[in-house]
Amino acid sequence: MFRRSLLPLALLLPLAASAAPPAATARYQIEIRNFHFLPARATVPVGAQVTWTNRDEEPHIVVSTGNRFPSSPALDTGDRYRATFTTPGTYTYFCSIHPQMVATIVVR
Amino acid sequence: MNDRNDDDQVPQRRRFLECMAWAGAGAVWAMKGGIAHASALGAGNAASDATFRFVQISDSHVGFHLAPNPDPVATLRETIARINAQPQRPDFIVHTGDLTHLSKPEQFDTVKQVLSEAKVDRVFFIPGEHDVIGDNGKAFFDRFGSGAGGGWYSFDHRGVHFIALVNVLNLQAGGLGFLGTEQLAWLRQDVAGLSGSTPIVVFAHMPLWSLYPQWGWGTQDAAQALQPLKRFGSVTVLNGHIHQIQQSVEGRVMFYTARSTAYPQPAPGQGSAPGPLKDLPASQLRAHIGLREVRHVRGSQAIAVTDSALA
Repeated sequence: MFRRSLLPLALLLPLAASAAPPAATARYQIEIRNFHFLPARATVPVGAQVTWTNRDEEPHIVVSTGNRFPSSPALDTGDRYRATFTTPGTYTYFCSIHPQMVATIVVR
Repeated sequence: MNDRNDDDQVPQRRRFLECMAWAGAGAVWAMKGGIAHASALGAGNAASDATFRFVQISDSHVGFHLAPNPDPVATLRETIARINAQPQRPDFIVHTGDLTHLSKPEQFDTVKQVLSEAKVDRVFFIPGEHDVIGDNGKAFFDRFGSGAGGGWYSFDHRGVHFIALVNVLNLQAGGLGFLGTEQLAWLRQDVAGLSGSTPIVVFAHMPLWSLYPQWGWGTQDAAQALQPLKRFGSVTVLNGHIHQIQQSVEGRVMFYTARSTAYPQPAPGQGSAPGPLKDLPASQLRAHIGLREVRHVRGSQAIAVTDSALA
């Protein structure tokens, strides 16, 4: 049983690797500090993984205007949230509990 | 309300601003015939002329765990003990939102348990933006809701009409606090049949005046809420959100923001952002948090407000 279950997995691995090579994933960091997303406008390549980190004592939430990428849960101090952008476009997002906090990610 | 500098045009406003100096030390406020009066706490017998009294508390932020208050449950409990120690029992308590820090069920349950220690017949609630995270307020309304559709409600108590508004849902990118057309229509209907001599008290979490929009301290459709209240002789708006005492007046509408039971925030525009005053020494915390007593003054439309710090 062990060998039989292992075999299909071994066959699948190269296919998955060729579809999304891990080494090519661009990673970007956005800080949430003093009630601002920094940088307020980030330009990233298609496929980029963006990580938000909350540096405030207040919780914040990352919410896409028009729900174009999944919203984060409440981010307490030090919490992180990641989203991957696979489609080119301009993504506006804000904090739904401090809506004066608005920022943009441009995917090219 | 963006003309705080033109007080020469409005005598009662100048009088009001003169009185503002009292507020920080603990003052008794009353509004009689459109003119604000203040006297220092203990300076007169204003406290004995009430037909009834209630207590406002706000911004308890249970679940917050950092400086300057790593234990907001303890300070909420102290606040309730302070209320229980008053010689005259208040008719009720209103909590004007941000019961919790992160809307977690266990945080709501803790608040409910601590407030059950209050020796009052009833506690009224409205949500803050910290109480509606992730579920549009379901966990809040399940425990503290009025049972009505949108979460807003009104009630009458001994001749005063109370209105509890929700201005922390469906917030829009770049916007402020938000009431929405459905709630505004309900409000117009709610007050339509009332005599203009009925005292009105409004609860809301975020300020209903443009206190400091750069930090989100305002409500974008507040003017539409105040319009149907302009014909009333006495309107008192009580809110929380900014964790400090601020007051304003617009016509016959008085606005009061309350202290938090957890921690203070900076004065408008002082520093780079709102948020907890984390550098406040522990020995000074209780001078900046507390409760508010509100009284209906006998034989008049006046509502009087007294703020008390825990220390």
